[in-house]
Amino acid sequence: MTQVIRVILPQHLRTLAQVKGEVELDVEGPATQRSVLDALEARYPMLRGTIRDQVTQQRRPFLRFFACEEDLSHESPDAPLPEAVVNGTEPFLVIGAIAGG
Amino acid sequence: MSKVRVLVGTRKGAFVLTSDGKREKWGVSGPHFAGWEMYHLKGSPVDPNRIYASQTSGWFGQIIQRSDDGGKTWHQPGTPAGQPTTTPDGMSKGESNKFVYDASAETGKPLTTHQWYDGTQHPWEFKRVWHLEPSLTDPETVYAGVEDAAIFRSTDGGQNWQELAGLRGHGSGPKWQPGAGGMCLHTIILDPSNPQRIYIAISAAGAFRTDDGGKTWKPINRGLHSQYIPAPNAEVGHCVHHVAMHRSRPNVLFMQKHWDVMRSDNAGDSWQEVSGNLPTDFGFVIDVHAHEPETIYVVPIKSDGEHFVPDGKLRVYRSRTGGNEWEALTKGLPQSDCYVNVLRDAMAVDSLDKCGIYFGTTGGQVYVSADAGDSWSPIVRDLPAVLSVEVQTMP
Repeated sequence: MTQVIRVILPQHLRTLAQVKGEVELDVEGPATQRSVLDALEARYPMLRGTIRDQVTQQRRPFLRFFACEEDLSHESPDAPLPEAVVNGTEPFLVIGAIAGG
Repeated sequence: MSKVRVLVGTRKGAFVLTSDGKREKWGVSGPHFAGWEMYHLKGSPVDPNRIYASQTSGWFGQIIQRSDDGGKTWHQPGTPAGQPTTTPDGMSKGESNKFVYDASAETGKPLTTHQWYDGTQHPWEFKRVWHLEPSLTDPETVYAGVEDAAIFRSTDGGQNWQELAGLRGHGSGPKWQPGAGGMCLHTIILDPSNPQRIYIAISAAGAFRTDDGGKTWKPINRGLHSQYIPAPNAEVGHCVHHVAMHRSRPNVLFMQKHWDVMRSDNAGDSWQEVSGNLPTDFGFVIDVHAHEPETIYVVPIKSDGEHFVPDGKLRVYRSRTGGNEWEALTKGLPQSDCYVNVLRDAMAVDSLDKCGIYFGTTGGQVYVSADAGDSWSPIVRDLPAVLSVEVQTMP
């Protein structure tokens, strides 16, 4: 089963990946944080290490994952994403924390 | 006519400043990588159009960028702009930002901890690349000094990185601890007369040298005296801020330590203090004149608690005697109400005659002297805080 997942990246990562607006990804199998990020990094390898650590695969501390007005950052990376994300109604958002100068 | 290209890394992007040999009129391009911390940019001595850059962010981590056209366009090695991001067999090319500490038994003791601020042991965690040092002979080979302190090498133009694990594997590793800026390996000096010899420096572990191309390393801190550590003459633990060498005399090293300006005439085996008449011997930068190996430059900073120039005056100090006797260079530099800092990688020299000296400040100015320091003028005044300055001299 393949789903088209919409992903919205922070501006600096859109610049790195050389994309504008949101990204649409074909995700095989269950749509989870892990499968979406795997698909994202496969298509845009320049983003490897910028969202999750290259080795531990942990989310970088100053980034959060939102969808459907909920903070999914502390969900299991293998938990299913909300149905609205799976069916393409809502995007999966990668958000940079508001901090720094 | 000769040209110079000054590579400036700042807290919010990179800038490339260009001029002819007169060094009076300047072109400014940038910001490149706007909004990112650009810790360091440096060009290959064998191929000046090949420039490596360290792009970092507290949010997004480490990126390595490379230019093959003198800084006009950039790409992450392995993922050239506009080209497929995978190899024909489907493998990703995007590995350029992957710095993984070597934990193999063959290449070094698989160290996993160092000393933390509170004295406990703490795992080595990669944070960023502070310094990139391209090989003197091969444009595809480049070294990276990283935080937490380690040295990596790429032999494929920055795409893949391997740690030279013998450095962390040195028996003193568990005693290393971070300085206030983090536990960073910030200085890498390649010996032009001996490809097997490399010098590095770490805050706050000290200076080290390899004589076998990076397999094994030894601390070279004898003669350093640091009141702020429990044993002031310890083998490691000194907060070395920067080291400089003149390529014609690779056994002579000059060091700006946290406090104290030092020199070694035996490849770091021993050091003597040469602070002499400096108004304060705290500072970050130190560099050597391109044609006079006994002429050196520092920018004294008031203290470790007050990271700005003393008395509100921005003064470069020059010694023509390899230390001890220093003169203040002030012509063209602000001499009142100035409270900037000059960070450790933010000074460079060109190889024109007369030698050009360049430095950048935390206030965003980049100054040039086209007469070896006698007089100065700002190239730019209002950049973000400057982290690093390198210069390329081209025919």
